[in-house]
Amino acid sequence: MQYCGDFRTAYERDMELLQTPFVKVCVTAFFVFLLAWPFLVKSAFLWITLQILIAAIGAVGLNILTGFTGQISLGQGAFLGVGAYTSAYITAKLGLSFWVGVPAAGLVTAMAGMVFGIPSLRLKGLYLAIATLASQFILEWIFLRWESVTGGSYGIVIPRPSLGGYVFESDRSYYYIVLLIAAAMVLFAANLMRTRTGRAFMAVRDHHISAEIMGINLFKYRILSFAISSFYAGVAGALYGHSLRFVSSEQFNIEVSIVYLAMIIIGGLGSILGSIFGAVFMILLPKLLTIVTAKMAVSIPGIAELATALEQGIFGMIIIVFLIFEPDGLAHRWKMVKAYWKLYPFSY
Amino acid sequence: MTFQYFLQLVISGLVIGSIYSAVALGFVIIYKATRVVNFAQGELLMVGAYVCYAFLVQMHVPFWAALLLTVLFGMVLAMLVERLILRPMIGEPAISIIMVTIGLSLVLRSVASAIWGTDILVYEPKLFPQEMISFAGVPVSLEFVWCFVLSVFLLAVFSIFFKYSKAGVAMRATAFNQQVAQSMGISVKHIFALSWVISAVVSGIGGVLIGNINGINNTLYHFGLKVFPATILGGLDSILGAAIGGMIIGILENLSDGFCKTYFDLSGVKEVAPYVILVLILMVKPYGLFGTKEIERV
Repeated sequence: MQYCGDFRTAYERDMELLQTPFVKVCVTAFFVFLLAWPFLVKSAFLWITLQILIAAIGAVGLNILTGFTGQISLGQGAFLGVGAYTSAYITAKLGLSFWVGVPAAGLVTAMAGMVFGIPSLRLKGLYLAIATLASQFILEWIFLRWESVTGGSYGIVIPRPSLGGYVFESDRSYYYIVLLIAAAMVLFAANLMRTRTGRAFMAVRDHHISAEIMGINLFKYRILSFAISSFYAGVAGALYGHSLRFVSSEQFNIEVSIVYLAMIIIGGLGSILGSIFGAVFMILLPKLLTIVTAKMAVSIPGIAELATALEQGIFGMIIIVFLIFEPDGLAHRWKMVKAYWKLYPFSY
Repeated sequence: MTFQYFLQLVISGLVIGSIYSAVALGFVIIYKATRVVNFAQGELLMVGAYVCYAFLVQMHVPFWAALLLTVLFGMVLAMLVERLILRPMIGEPAISIIMVTIGLSLVLRSVASAIWGTDILVYEPKLFPQEMISFAGVPVSLEFVWCFVLSVFLLAVFSIFFKYSKAGVAMRATAFNQQVAQSMGISVKHIFALSWVISAVVSGIGGVLIGNINGINNTLYHFGLKVFPATILGGLDSILGAAIGGMIIGILENLSDGFCKTYFDLSGVKEVAPYVILVLILMVKPYGLFGTKEIERV
């Protein structure tokens, strides 16, 4: 007998990532589409997709910390920088391979994240946000001043990865590396949230005192969350550095942290899918603004100068409008749309 | 390091610190009354400096009138911001409110640079006399003295306002407990608007003072980020703490910069020292010198 709707009778079924055959087909099709993507589009679009994938890794990481564990971080940009510089130092100065550099970037950044996460034991909410803001400025300063490692204001030129004599020089070949790493890391994050650790994170977020009473070691899980989140940031930073073939300190300033925070808020706090939506949105938005500006400049002369100056302002305006009118983020809207079509034409 | 150099660092730190105090006061007022962490404090300061420049230099208004008009402009801006942006956010999680103020800061910054460009502008004529006077053997510009006096005056006025005026008492009541305040007939909405207005005015005047010393350009908002170390040191919800914290941070950043330059040949410590101090305070004394300790009960 076939029921309408999906009825689950076991916890294993309820916790599956892809719950219905239809979703499985859709996700597989989407992944195949992503694999075919470099052959379908121009290089400029490929470059944007590459940046979206890298941003998605960083955003998922930040969402683990902020969305799932409830620890506000304003230092994600600097942690990306730690990862980028670590990988740059290992590949460009020590001459080791990319395949050593990226995991090492993740680990070193995780260490840095743990150090800056120590105040989280005593601090919550706003205080922690300000502490992480301080870590952003301290790290930025170190990037600029520790010249023997970071190259100071000159930055470091770094190579693209190679494997067995083949160099992933083109954006297209590099895209596949990033795609596989991003897919693996997103999958890991989605799975993490189904484990004891993930549930502990959410318990800490929802009520830290209750969580402690239930036997969750607050310090351990907060530091762990910082470590995992920073690991993601480190890998994303390293991939970003290799994509540009260049690392310098301005690439990791406070504005980057803000953009990442905007990604997860606009995408949806505490949602892996939301982080990805946010990454897509925040990477596409500046590009779209530039295109719109260019189009408008043709019809209305003189607006171009003003519009480039105001681009940042429009960006800020969109963040404000989003927060006021869509406080639960794109992931929530996506759920509503899905529910609407599932039940169509009966809305209840 | 000679004693004279030391004294010079302390004095200039104190002057800059007094402006930090004024801006930190604005920050604390908003935080205390509305629990909003305002990341746009530095932009309010920058806008104040620019608006005063527009009146004083571009429209040739005398200084006292320009300052008055700047204050008025700050009031209107703050009321709009509070009504249009912050009020719809009441009840949202802290992170969303932080983000909305960051969005506001981006808007203010880009509007300012669209109107006034990115070059460094200076008040012409200078607001205060430029003569040097000698203070304990250290030459000090009269400009600095004026700046310090005005900031301290501002702090004193608002301390008295909070302690004795009816509106000030109402603001403190609201900060203590919004529901009780409302049931006593205090309009919490008006208090929210008032705290934004005061904050914008104080920061705007701070902006004029710092613009007079350093010149105005579109990176002036960095100054606003220094309120975080200052308020954390003083306690996030303490007005006295903001005043003292700002001055201590001003002196400490100058001293650490001077020490590192003299003994370690390391420059640029000034930019980072306040944040290192901030992290240290948070680790040792998270609620600052005068902040209210949060007690949590289940």
